[in-house]
Amino acid sequence: MAVTTEASSPLQLRAVVKTFARGKDAVHALDGVDLEITAGKVTGLLGPDGAGKTTLMRLAAGLLRPSSGSVTVLGRDLGRGAGSLQQAIGYMPQRFGLYEDLSVQENLDLYSDLQDLDPKAARQRQQELLELTALGPFGRRRAGDLSGGMKQKLGLACALLRAPQLLLLDEPTVGVDPIARRELWQIVDALRRQGTTVLMSTSYFDEAERCDEILLLNAGKILQQGPLPHFTAPLRGRCFLVRHRGLRRRLLREALQGRAGVLDARITAAGVRVLSGQGQPSAQPGEEWQAVEPAFEDAFVALLGRVQEGGATNASKTPEQGAVKPAEKAIGRAGDGDTAVVEVHDLRKCFGSFEAVRQCSFTVRQGEIFGLLGANGAGKTTTFRMLCGLLPASSGSLKVAGVDMRRATSAARGRIGYVAQKFALYGNLSVDQNLAFFAAAYGLRGGHRRMAIANAREEFQLAAYGAVNADDLPLGIKQRLALACALLHEPPILFLDEPTSGVDPLARREFWQRINALAAQGVTILITTHFMDEAEYCDRLVLMSLGEILAQGSPAQLRQQARTAEQPEPTMEEAFIRLIEEHERVIRRAS
Amino acid sequence: MNSRRLRGLIRKEFIQIRRDPSAIAIAFFMPVFLLFLFGYGVSLDARRVPLAVVVDQPTAQSSTLVAGLEHSPYFRPRHYASIQEARTALLRRQVDGIVWLRADFSRRLLRGQSPDIGVFVNGVDANNARIVEGYLQGVWQNWLQQRALAAGTPLLVPVDAKDRVWFNPALRSRDYLVPGLIAVIMTLIGALLTALVVAREWERGTMEALMATPVQMAEILLGKLIPYFLMGMGGMLLSVALAVWLFAVPLRGSFWVLLLSSALFLLVALGMGLLISSVARNQFVAGQIAIIVTFLPAFILSGFIFDIQSMPAAIRIITHLIAARYYVSLLQTLFLAGDIWPIVLWNSLALGLMALFFLGITLRRSHKRLD
Repeated sequence: MAVTTEASSPLQLRAVVKTFARGKDAVHALDGVDLEITAGKVTGLLGPDGAGKTTLMRLAAGLLRPSSGSVTVLGRDLGRGAGSLQQAIGYMPQRFGLYEDLSVQENLDLYSDLQDLDPKAARQRQQELLELTALGPFGRRRAGDLSGGMKQKLGLACALLRAPQLLLLDEPTVGVDPIARRELWQIVDALRRQGTTVLMSTSYFDEAERCDEILLLNAGKILQQGPLPHFTAPLRGRCFLVRHRGLRRRLLREALQGRAGVLDARITAAGVRVLSGQGQPSAQPGEEWQAVEPAFEDAFVALLGRVQEGGATNASKTPEQGAVKPAEKAIGRAGDGDTAVVEVHDLRKCFGSFEAVRQCSFTVRQGEIFGLLGANGAGKTTTFRMLCGLLPASSGSLKVAGVDMRRATSAARGRIGYVAQKFALYGNLSVDQNLAFFAAAYGLRGGHRRMAIANAREEFQLAAYGAVNADDLPLGIKQRLALACALLHEPPILFLDEPTSGVDPLARREFWQRINALAAQGVTILITTHFMDEAEYCDRLVLMSLGEILAQGSPAQLRQQARTAEQPEPTMEEAFIRLIEEHERVIRRAS
Repeated sequence: MNSRRLRGLIRKEFIQIRRDPSAIAIAFFMPVFLLFLFGYGVSLDARRVPLAVVVDQPTAQSSTLVAGLEHSPYFRPRHYASIQEARTALLRRQVDGIVWLRADFSRRLLRGQSPDIGVFVNGVDANNARIVEGYLQGVWQNWLQQRALAAGTPLLVPVDAKDRVWFNPALRSRDYLVPGLIAVIMTLIGALLTALVVAREWERGTMEALMATPVQMAEILLGKLIPYFLMGMGGMLLSVALAVWLFAVPLRGSFWVLLLSSALFLLVALGMGLLISSVARNQFVAGQIAIIVTFLPAFILSGFIFDIQSMPAAIRIITHLIAARYYVSLLQTLFLAGDIWPIVLWNSLALGLMALFFLGITLRRSHKRLD
C-alpha cells in the first residue's frame, strides 16, 4: 500500500479532462482541471449544478477514468484503475450506497467483508463507529426504514470501516435536517483531528466556511482554490448590512438591488445584505448602512456572477425589470389585509398505521409568502398534496380559496398553480411544447392561450430555449419553465413543492426574486423547503418535524422563540435545532 | 480473488433474496405455477371432443359404429336429427365435427358396396382438426376389423401399417411438455432474475458504492453467479421432483447426466442475464430485454411446444442460436428415451460453448468503472 509522506498531496489532478457522450455531442464535465488537496485538511468542493463536482469525486474514487490528464491518489497514478488503493479511500456516493433491505448491522458486516477486515477487528471498528454515529440502538433496523440523517451517518460509517487516508463525501448533507447536518460535522471534525484528509462537495455556504480549504468549480474548470480568507479578503469593504425603519426587508431589498453599484442584495435575519461593486453605494434617507465582514456567499456571488455576466447573454439577467409590474401595486398589497385564502384546521393524514401528518392547523392570508420548513420526511409534501386536492385528508378541515377541498376539489383547482417536486415536466418535449401542452391542459384557448404563452416566454426568459427538450435544460432553467407552466392560467394561489431542492445557490436567489415579484403582484404563495436560510424570504412559516407543526409565525418570531442567554441572535437553523430538541424533551417527559 | 469479500457478497445476496418477495415469486412461485399450468391445464391431446352424429336411418350396423364412437375416450357424440341441425351446431362451435351416416348406409353395406360416411371437421383449429380426423379414422378402422372378425373373414387391406409409438406409448403430451418446461423455468431464474437484481444495484446506487471498495469485478460477478446458480439448480430439482412424483413423467436417463447438463444450461442463462444487465442499467429495460431475448425464445423456438422441424428454414437456422433448444432436446431425451450418448454429448458441447461465450463476454465487458 502506498505510504504518503508529509509533503505529498493525497489527491492531485493534472490537466484532467473528462468528457461524456450525450447523443452526438460530447459534454465536457471537467475541462482542464489542475488541483492539489492538502493532506490532513478538510477541503470543500463548491459550484453550481453541472459544474463537475460529482465527476471529480468519482475520478478521485477511481470510478471514472479521465479522458486525458492524470489523477494521482496517495502517491499513485490511477491510470490503470484503483485496485488495492481503494482500501485507503473512503467514498460515500450521493445516495449513500446502502442496501435498503439489509439491516444496519448487515450493511456494516457487508462493507467490513468487502474491506477484508478480519472479524475481530471488524467488530471492534464497528463498535467504535456505531458509537461515533449514535446508531448503536438501531442495529437491527432495515436501512430503508432509517431517517435521511441516519442513512447518511450509516453511509459514512460504511465508508469509514477501514480508517481511510482519503475520505470523499459527495453532497453528504443534501436533504437532511439541520440536526443531522450538525452531527455529520461533529464526525468530520473528529476525523480532521485524527489527520484524515477529507474532500466533500456541498451546496451550503456555512459548510464551506467550516472547511480548511475551498475549491470553487464552475463549468468544469477551477475558478478559485484556497482557504476562506483567500476568497473573502478581496471583498473587504464591499459588504454591508442595510436596515430601514419604515420599509419591510423585501421591499428594501428590491429597492437596493436596482441601485447603481450594487451587485447583489439578499435578505438575512438581521437585515438586507449588500455586496457592492466598489465601496459603499449611495444611501437613501431612512437607510442605515453598516459595513460587515465578507462571507463566502459574497465571494461565491461575486466570482460566479462575474463569470456568468461575461459568458451568457440574456439568460442569467435577473428578472427584476422584465418580470415585475413595478412595486406600486405592492404598497397597497393585501399581505397585511386579512382575507384568509387557505385555512387548515386539525388536518391529519394516515398511511396505514403511519401518521404522516397530525394536528396541522394554519391560515394563509392573501398575498403572503407562506413557508413550510422541515427535513425530508417531515410531512410537508403530504400536507401540500392534501391542500391541492391530490390526496384525501384522513380528518380535519381545509379550505382553499373558500372551497372545501374535502368536497369540491375540481372547483378549486382552476385557481391553483402547482409546481411538483422535481418539476414534473415532459422531459422529451421541448420548452415550447411543454408550454403549449400545459396551456391546453388548463383549458386556455385561442388568442388568450397565445398571449399567455408569449407572456410566459418573455417573462421567464425562455425564448432562447424554445426548441430545447426539458430534460436537457440546466436545473435552474427547468425550474423557471415549471414555474412558467404553473402560472399560465394566472392562478391567485401558487403551491411550490421543494422548488429549490438541488438547484444551485445562484439559481436559488434568482428564483426567490421571482417569487417576491409575484407576491408583490398579490399572488399568494405556499412553498416548502429544507433550506433554513430560505425561511427569511417568507412572511410567515411553520416548522414541521415528523408530521407535526413545531412552531409558526414570522421568521423574527420564530427566532425570538429560540433565543437563549448563550445565543441572543440565533439563525433560523439554530432556532430549528432548538425547537426540535425542545419538542423531543416534551415527548420524552410525556411518555 | 478474496474469499472473505466473496463470502460477504454471497451472504448479502441471500439475505436480499429472502427479504424480496419478487425474487421469491420468480424463483419459486412461477416454476410451480408453470408446472401446474402445463401439467394439468394445457394439453395438446384431443379428448372428449364434442362430435355431432347424424344417422338418417338407424339400423343395427349404424348403431354398432355409433357405439364405437361412444366408447372412445376421445369423443363425446351428440345426436342430431338432420345434417342441417348438425351444421348449425358446428357453426355455433357446439361440436367440433360431424359424422353423417346417410339413409343408404346399411343397405349399401349389406349389399357389399362400400358405403361412404360423411365426415366434417371444423378446421379453424387446424391442429385439433387433424387429430380429430386421425382418431375418427381409427374408430372406423376398428369397427371394420370387428365386423370382419364377427363375419369370420379376414379384412383385406393391401398394405397394413403396424404402428407402435415408442417412448411415450400413451402419447401423453404432458410427458414431453413438463421436461421441456424445466428449460423455461431455469431461463426465468438464470437470465430474468439475475438481470433484474444486477440492474437494481445500478438503479439504487449500491453498485457505485460497491465499486468504490477494494472488491474486484470478478468477485462482484461471482457474487451474483453463485447464489443464482444455486437458486436455479434448486428450481430445477423442484421441477424434476414435481415432474416425476406428481405428474408421473418417467425419468429414463441418469439423474447425474440430467444434473450436469442442467448446470451447463444454467451457466448459459446466467451468462446471458449478466450480459443483459451490463447493457441495461435499469430494471424495466433489463426485464424487457431478458423476456424478449431469453424467455420468449426458450418458450417458442426451443422445441418445447412447437416442433422445430416444421418451422420455416430461416427460423430453423435461428433456433441454433437459442441455448434452450439444446437443453430441451437433452431434457426430452433424458426423461423419455434414456441416456442417448450422441444426443447428450453434442447438445452438452453446444451448451458448454455458449456458456463460455456469454460468460467470457460478460467478464471482458465488465469494468470496475461507471463509464
